[in-house]
Amino acid sequence: MTTVTQHDISAEIKAIDADYHRAGLEETQPRLDYSPYRSSLLRHPTKELHHADPEAVELSAPCFGERDVDPLESDLTIQHNGTPIGERMVVTGRIVDGDGRPVRHQLVEIWQANAGGRYVHKRDQHPAPLDPNFTGVGRCLTDDDGTYRFTTIKPGPYPWRNHHNAWRPAHIHFSLFGTDFTQRMITQMYFPGDPLFALDPIYQSITDQKARDRLVAAYDHDLTTHEWATGYRWDIVLTGSRETPFETREQAG
Amino acid sequence: MSTLTATPGQTIGPFFGYALPFDRDNELVPPGSPGAIRLHGVVTDGAGAAVPDALLEIWQADAEGAVPSVTGSLRRDGWTFTGWGRASTDCEGHYSFTTVKPGATQTGSAPFFAVTMFARGLLNRLFTRAYLPGEQFASEPLLASLPNERRDTLVAVADGHGFRFDIRLQGDGETVFLRFPGHRQ
Repeated sequence: MTTVTQHDISAEIKAIDADYHRAGLEETQPRLDYSPYRSSLLRHPTKELHHADPEAVELSAPCFGERDVDPLESDLTIQHNGTPIGERMVVTGRIVDGDGRPVRHQLVEIWQANAGGRYVHKRDQHPAPLDPNFTGVGRCLTDDDGTYRFTTIKPGPYPWRNHHNAWRPAHIHFSLFGTDFTQRMITQMYFPGDPLFALDPIYQSITDQKARDRLVAAYDHDLTTHEWATGYRWDIVLTGSRETPFETREQAG
Repeated sequence: MSTLTATPGQTIGPFFGYALPFDRDNELVPPGSPGAIRLHGVVTDGAGAAVPDALLEIWQADAEGAVPSVTGSLRRDGWTFTGWGRASTDCEGHYSFTTVKPGATQTGSAPFFAVTMFARGLLNRLFTRAYLPGEQFASEPLLASLPNERRDTLVAVADGHGFRFDIRLQGDGETVFLRFPGHRQ
């Protein structure tokens, strides 16, 4: 079997990018069928997603509350006896729906690699050190204004086996709920200026640059605290809004 | 009409297993409690191979058709029905929930489990529905809009303890996945 190199993957990414620009139709979400990400080959549906109008259960979402989430779970740097190694940082932002309304009191879950790019997961074989003081898992509830806030350590980039010498840009996984079930999503937040962006088939599966930029947090010096932590801001927009079936029919007409 | 463009999704990746599962995440009701059923199945890829690194979530009405609005899914007390659960597939691609049969939310509507799935290799979440077998589907707009063989992918099969609902990501018998209004490409 011939080794697939970064050069091969980058050429595939470039060809898809050229096709996208030729077609001239704006895309805002990742493609499910994106062959440079090899694991997607057998795991994407080949048929068009089928239109469905949401029904009662889908127009609401599970509720989470103080019973579910301890406020301390939003600080990933205090889960062990010692202090984790790496750049302490705060990441915060607002979660809104398509109409800009805040998503209040809703669950946000994150997970990430440590500063060396290693996950606390038995299948992560990257020979970078585990940090006994860092698990990399956090939860919080958004506040009245839809704001979430975590204190954590800046994750490192890490190698993976998509192709030879493949490296993922540093990222934090985010799991998000909205006010209706159709807004449920999982995504990844990236850091500005990462040199691995152009090389990464997962990030590049979003073919539109404006859309890709929506996953990149902004460094915010007003969030950075004196002699303590750097600050990043990342706002999130969930799909659509709370639409009634009546409005949906009108739009379809 | 939505005015803001949604943030893109990304794959759940391979390493969610130490982060998202939680104690009794797949037990919407305790196993063996009165009215408890099992909703389970296997997730397979385009080659028919099991998908051992998928995460499924269900959201449903209670047995009377009421949609819950109570907290407590993450720390289950064994008595409160929150309507939401999460299950990881095992090394054979199998997932399992213990729950109750959802009731119809309106007179004449066909009850279903709303399902979301995530997996390594799947670049964005997928939505589907698992309908209960033996219901009247003719008046159900989604099912009525599908040819028979595709419609069958959305209907769970009764088995000994409840229902079986397999998910095929690609190829023969590919499950029907849904796009809701407001979901853009």
